Amino acid sequence: MQDDQKKKLKLKVSAIKEGTVIDHIPAKNLFKVISILGLDNIENQITFGTNLESHKLGAKAIIKVTDKFFEDDEINKIALIAPHAKLNIIRDYEVVEKKVVEIPDSISGIVKCFNPKCITNNEQITTRFKVVAKDLISLKCNYCEKITNSNQIRMY
Amino acid sequence: MNMKKDLISITDFSKTEYLKIMKLAAEFEENPNQDLLKGKVVASLFFEPSTRTRLSFETAISRLGGRIIGFADPDSSSASKGETLHDTIKMVSNYADLIVMRHPLEGAARYAAEISPIPVINAGDGANQHPTQTLLDMYSILKTQGTLDNLNIFMVGDLKYGRTVHSLLMAMSEFENPIFNFIAPTVLEMPEEYKLFLREKGIKYFEHKEFTDIISAADIIYMTRVQKERFSDPIEYEQVKNVYILRNAMLEKTKPNVKILHPLPRVNEIHTDVDANQKAYYFTQARNGVFAREAIISHIMNLK
Repeated sequence: MQDDQKKKLKLKVSAIKEGTVIDHIPAKNLFKVISILGLDNIENQITFGTNLESHKLGAKAIIKVTDKFFEDDEINKIALIAPHAKLNIIRDYEVVEKKVVEIPDSISGIVKCFNPKCITNNEQITTRFKVVAKDLISLKCNYCEKITNSNQIRMY
Repeated sequence: MNMKKDLISITDFSKTEYLKIMKLAAEFEENPNQDLLKGKVVASLFFEPSTRTRLSFETAISRLGGRIIGFADPDSSSASKGETLHDTIKMVSNYADLIVMRHPLEGAARYAAEISPIPVINAGDGANQHPTQTLLDMYSILKTQGTLDNLNIFMVGDLKYGRTVHSLLMAMSEFENPIFNFIAPTVLEMPEEYKLFLREKGIKYFEHKEFTDIISAADIIYMTRVQKERFSDPIEYEQVKNVYILRNAMLEKTKPNVKILHPLPRVNEIHTDVDANQKAYYFTQARNGVFAREAIISHIMNLK
């Protein structure tokens, strides 16, 4: 019975033949993940489901991208907003590899510097940060050198 | 690959470079007028007014035989017409061989250095960095103590927002066995990130609220201004405003070699009765700025 339910849940978002499934995305960050990965600008077939039940996240989202395989650098960009995301690499309907995201050593764009007097908040500049702590994320701005803490992180 | 050198943060330089600057500064003090910059144009861009730093830089450039273009305040620049920093730097770097800049926004100098094909020296970017001040502070310490090792450095006043104390702390940590003593009210105490930096390097530091005869152990007393605008509660300011004032009588029991430094301008944190004491060094410190800046420019431009 339980297996049947799981199967039904899975079928809510249709299976893909080749490509990548990104699971365990916090539902509220689904569209940010889509944007950061540039999925809104590619022509591959994409299906997604959101507000799915998750013990860990409360409400989760899932994205399936056909014929797309992400480089680590590319996928790690979402680590800040989907730290528990898991990737399933699909070949011929089978999961051939599983990956987790890792917080990178540096972050470009994506996050705003919390310091209102930072040049990046006053001219059109792509922000750059060094990740100085990964458990409770803190980011050191390449420009003003101030630390943006996890509770101060704002996305573009 | 562009191999130009910039000076944006004090940590851009290595210990070897600090020592080279110290050596060059002493040479320039002996012989300040050297035509090393002859035929070169230096852009002095002050997006925020600063009397001391600008005059010190422009004196250094003049003594090196260079010519100066630029502006002393943003109202006389195209920034007042809304030109971006990006465009100003792009334009100026077509004209000059070196840019010296001060800007009210933090990170502006780093950004300018990324855009500019010619070297950039940061003369202050908001509350962030002012590395040439640190190098002249170090030169003042070396001149008066004969060494940069084994010194007990007291920092007094606004240790939270004072960029000069942060940079000096980081630079002096490169030398042997420094000891730091921080004297500040709770709201202006040394930020945790700098204390963590010292702990990780195994460097001793002590924190005090009271400005008393504990300064008798000091080799250097680095005074800073406690600014009213830093306090959200005016009562808190009133309570501490007269606590962190150095008076001549307080220097009686201090070591004979101790020197009082201050980045200036001073308001009331050093009583004028200290000025005549031979331990007062802040005006000579400002004079050292010219030699230190001649040294920095020569190093950055590969002239020496």
